[in-house]
Amino acid sequence: MSEIIGAIQQAIYLILTLDPEVIEITIKSLYISLSATIMASLIAVPLGGIIYYHDFFGKRSLINLIQTLYSLPTVIVGLLIFLLISQSGPFGSFHLLFTPTGMIIGQTVLILPIIMGFTITALTGVSGQIKELAISLGANTTQTIYTIIKEAKYAIMGTVILGFGRAISEVGVAMMIGGNIRGFTRVFTTTISLETSKGNLELSLALGMILLAIALIINLMLNFVQGKE
Amino acid sequence: MNNKTIAIIAVIIIAIAGIGIYAYSASNSPDKSKIRIATTTSLEDTGLLKEVEAAYEKKYPGVDVQIVSGGTGIAIQYGERGDVDLLLVHDKAREEKFIKDGFGTNRTQFAYNYFWIVGPQNDPAGIKGLNATAAFKKIMEEGQINSAQVKFVSRGDDSGTHSREKKIWNSTGANYTNIKNSSSWYIESGKGMGDTLILANEKNAYTITDSGTFLAFSKDSKIQLVPLITTGKDLLNIYTAIPVNPQKYGKTNVEGAQSFVDFLMSPEGQQIVGNYGKEKYGQSLFTPIVSNPVPA
Repeated sequence: MSEIIGAIQQAIYLILTLDPEVIEITIKSLYISLSATIMASLIAVPLGGIIYYHDFFGKRSLINLIQTLYSLPTVIVGLLIFLLISQSGPFGSFHLLFTPTGMIIGQTVLILPIIMGFTITALTGVSGQIKELAISLGANTTQTIYTIIKEAKYAIMGTVILGFGRAISEVGVAMMIGGNIRGFTRVFTTTISLETSKGNLELSLALGMILLAIALIINLMLNFVQGKE
Repeated sequence: MNNKTIAIIAVIIIAIAGIGIYAYSASNSPDKSKIRIATTTSLEDTGLLKEVEAAYEKKYPGVDVQIVSGGTGIAIQYGERGDVDLLLVHDKAREEKFIKDGFGTNRTQFAYNYFWIVGPQNDPAGIKGLNATAAFKKIMEEGQINSAQVKFVSRGDDSGTHSREKKIWNSTGANYTNIKNSSSWYIESGKGMGDTLILANEKNAYTITDSGTFLAFSKDSKIQLVPLITTGKDLLNIYTAIPVNPQKYGKTNVEGAQSFVDFLMSPEGQQIVGNYGKEKYGQSLFTPIVSNPVPA
C-alpha cells in the first residue's frame, strides 16, 4: 500500500518538476505511437472501406484473418520485424534496427489489422441505404466509400484511439526493435520494464500513471472535437 | 470533413513524413558518430555503464554511445547479426567461440568481480564455508529432501550468469538437464539478474548473482538475502570487451568500438570502473583489471 502512495507522490513530483528524462520519454513515446497510428490509419481506413464496399470471393475468410491478427503477440511482431531489418536481414542496409523509425514500422504493423478490422465493423453499422443513396446520386466508388466513412466517422475515430492505445502501451516491439537506448529509443513501457527489473517499483508505477494521464488527455481532446461538430 | 480539418491532417502528415525522412537519412549516412554497444544486464543495472558512457561522451563530444542491454546470450546474437559495434560481456567460453567463428576481433578484459552464491540468512542447506561446487551439491541434496525449505532460483536465460551456474552444476557431477526438469526445488525465473534476485528473495531461495547487482540491490533493502559464498576461482567473473569484426559486416563502426575499448583501458576509464559504487555502497562493485591482475 505504501508503495502505491509513494508512486502517486512520485508521479506528481515528476510531473510538477518537469523531470527532463520523463519529458524526453513522453515526447518520444508520443512521437512514435502517434506516427504509427497515423500511418496505420492512412492505410487501414481506406483499405477497410474498399473491403467493406466490394463483395468478392473469400471476403469472409479475409475478415476472419484480419480479426485473428488482433491477437498477434507484440513480441512476435517485434521478432519478425527484427529479423527483417537486422543487419543480416533483407532490409539490413536501411539501418532501422534500434531506431525510432524502426519502432514506428513495428507498431504500424501491429495495429494495422486492428484499425482495418474495426473500420469494417464500423462501416457495417452504417445503414446500407446510404451506400445505395450515394450510388443513385451518381457517386463513383471512391466517393461512395468516402461518404460511408464520413457517416461512420465517430466509430472510426474510436477505432483509431483503440489502435493508438495498443501502440503506446505495448512493450514487445518497443523492446525488440528499439532496444531501450537511453535518450534515443527509450519509451514509457521499456522504461517501466527496466525500472521494474532494477527494483524501482515506485518509479515504474509513477511512469505508468503518467502514461494513463496522457491517454486520458488525448481522449478528452478527441471528445472535445467530437462535441464541436 | 471540412477543409480546415483536411488541412490540419495534411500538415500533420507532412510533418511526420519530414521527420521520418530526416531520421531515415540520418541513420543511413555512414556513421562514425555512433557506437552501438550490446551489454549484459549487470553492467547496465548497476549503473556503471551509464557513468562510463557519460565520461566518454564528454571526452569525445559528437559521438553518441548507444547501449542495448540484455543477457550475454542476446548480446552475442546482436553481435553475430552485425547489429552492434561492440560487446561488453562475461562468458569466456562463448566469447572465444564468437571470435573463433569470425564475428569478433579480439577480447580485452577490462574488469572483474565475483559471482556470489546468496541465500536466506538462516542458510537452511548449510552451505556457508563450502566452495561453490560443494555448495551447489548440498543445495541439490537438501532441496530434494525438503523442497519447502531449500530452493534455488536460476535465471534460465542463457546469460553469462546462467552459463556459470550450469558450469557449476555440471562440476558437481549431476546432469544439468535432469536438475532443470526433475525438481520442485529448482525454479527458473527467465529474467534478468534484478528480477531474479527479487524472486529468490520472495521465495527465500538460494541463487547465484554477480556481486555488483547484489550489492546495488541489498543496499536499498530491496532484498534480505545474504551473501554466503563470495570467493573461489570458480566464481571469478571477468568482463571483456569484443569489437565486432568489420570484415563480416562492412558498416560496423570498428574505430568507434576500438576507441571505446581504449577508453575503458585508459587510466581514466579504469579509475571510473574502480571507483564505481565506493561512495554509495561502501565498496567498489568492479575491480579494474589493468592495475589489479586477475588472481591466479
